[in-house]
Amino acid sequence: MLEASGITVRYGGHTALDEASLTITPGKVTGLAGPSGCGKSTLARVMALMLRPVSGTLTVDGTVVTRWRQRAARDLRTRVALIYQQPRLSVDPRLKLAEVIGEPLAANGRPDEGRVTELARETGLTGELLTRWPHEVSDGQLQRACVARALTLEPRYLVCDEMTTMLDASTQAHLVGVVNAYRERTGAGVLAISHDPVLLDRWADEVVGLAGPGEQSP
Amino acid sequence: MTGRRRLRVQGLSVSFRIPGARVRAVSEATFEVRPGSCLALVGESGCGKSVLAHALLGLLPDNATVSGQAWLECGEEPVELLGASQAVLARRVRGREIGLIPQSPATHLTPVRTARAQLQEAIRELGSRATADDLAARYGLRPRELDRYPHELSGGMAQRVANAIALAGDPWLVLADEPTSGLDRPLVDRAMGTLRELCDEGRAVLLITHDLRAAERVADDLAVMYASRLVEVGPVAEVLGRPRHPYTAGLVAAQPDRAFVPIPGLPPELTRLPEGCAFRSRCGHETGRCAVPPPMDGGVACHHPLEDRHA
Repeated sequence: MLEASGITVRYGGHTALDEASLTITPGKVTGLAGPSGCGKSTLARVMALMLRPVSGTLTVDGTVVTRWRQRAARDLRTRVALIYQQPRLSVDPRLKLAEVIGEPLAANGRPDEGRVTELARETGLTGELLTRWPHEVSDGQLQRACVARALTLEPRYLVCDEMTTMLDASTQAHLVGVVNAYRERTGAGVLAISHDPVLLDRWADEVVGLAGPGEQSP
Repeated sequence: MTGRRRLRVQGLSVSFRIPGARVRAVSEATFEVRPGSCLALVGESGCGKSVLAHALLGLLPDNATVSGQAWLECGEEPVELLGASQAVLARRVRGREIGLIPQSPATHLTPVRTARAQLQEAIRELGSRATADDLAARYGLRPRELDRYPHELSGGMAQRVANAIALAGDPWLVLADEPTSGLDRPLVDRAMGTLRELCDEGRAVLLITHDLRAAERVADDLAVMYASRLVEVGPVAEVLGRPRHPYTAGLVAAQPDRAFVPIPGLPPELTRLPEGCAFRSRCGHETGRCAVPPPMDGGVACHHPLEDRHA
């Protein structure tokens, strides 16, 4: 399980999260809803071990995260992958799509072209697109690459932060299908963050609300 | 808001020259927008929707080639937007006849000046008689919110500032380019409510969006765009209730409250659009006729529209 408990985050004097708690269970899709600005994305970053909270505990499969963003935590960090809302802000514009997808493998010292091609095919990217730069593809195509990138290291948990907000209905249905197929195959746990109740209703096994600092309601 | 006003677009095409290729972003779009009604232009990202809006305002980069006609009929002297000079567009059209509500308003505003300063600039440039506080109140902002900088505004507030700026010159035609991207449902509903009010007070609205549900809420008519072409046009309830183009039917079925299944395959690249129907490889009903471009006929550009198939 990926468990956040009593997480508080402040940006300057502003409290973004006040003692929020959330659990992601392997094999399940947990939906997280809530209005703009209630701290959903902040919680996503904490759960992906990318943002250190002021207080609170994060536990990954029983191991309490103590050292953030340091070498010792790499094994923990690679267990959780994060997919962002805006693909254009989450890829290095100097990498071609194949390199975007393969970057986590390369960074971990085990480049694997076959794996990149296979993931690209799953997300619907054809061979020629993989040689393009990010500025040469549409938002939908770039987000497909970001989903493929998130799956390269076979994470135990996937945090999808408004993954399909920018996309048309068909691309949304495809990418949600890719994440679901991965979950079914590997038993990974998924956190689906969205402000669209219709999508969460369809996608998530259970939906929790994040009402704002300090208030978390079922 | 009276008189014979209308935007009549005929055979609008836009292409871009890039090294080694030509991108066909809009191909022969024909449609009309009238005061008191909203036309929603829907399609997936990268299909050419925003380019179409920017072409109407003369905001395309230098490597663009535009053909066709877009008549802005207003008063004695209609303006043909595609051939009009930048001076005419600046003096007569932008902000005065046509207001633009941009995509992601928060990033569109200048970060170093307050919302009030930016709204006042629009009022001054357009010679409008409205005051910043009047406009703010009309579009749901409190006076003190106007004194904030863009980074201090929430998404919904930035949206309302953008609305006030777009409408400072009292334009009768409003182009809204993905006005809801990044907003949550209540804010989307609110933004759509505002667009509907603009229609109801006699303005014409051209809404560009990838969100079918948002379009359904506000639009009278729907134009579905695929790979640079309009493929289906008609009253919104008809198009979404009984889609005739297989692409429209696929988009409807992909909604999470419907079958939630994607359309197989990917759209073609705009640099290498196939001759004939661009959807045929994804459609599953391809015949020899599909190699010939289907003309727009009775609101649908398809050789085998769905109702015929079932007949």
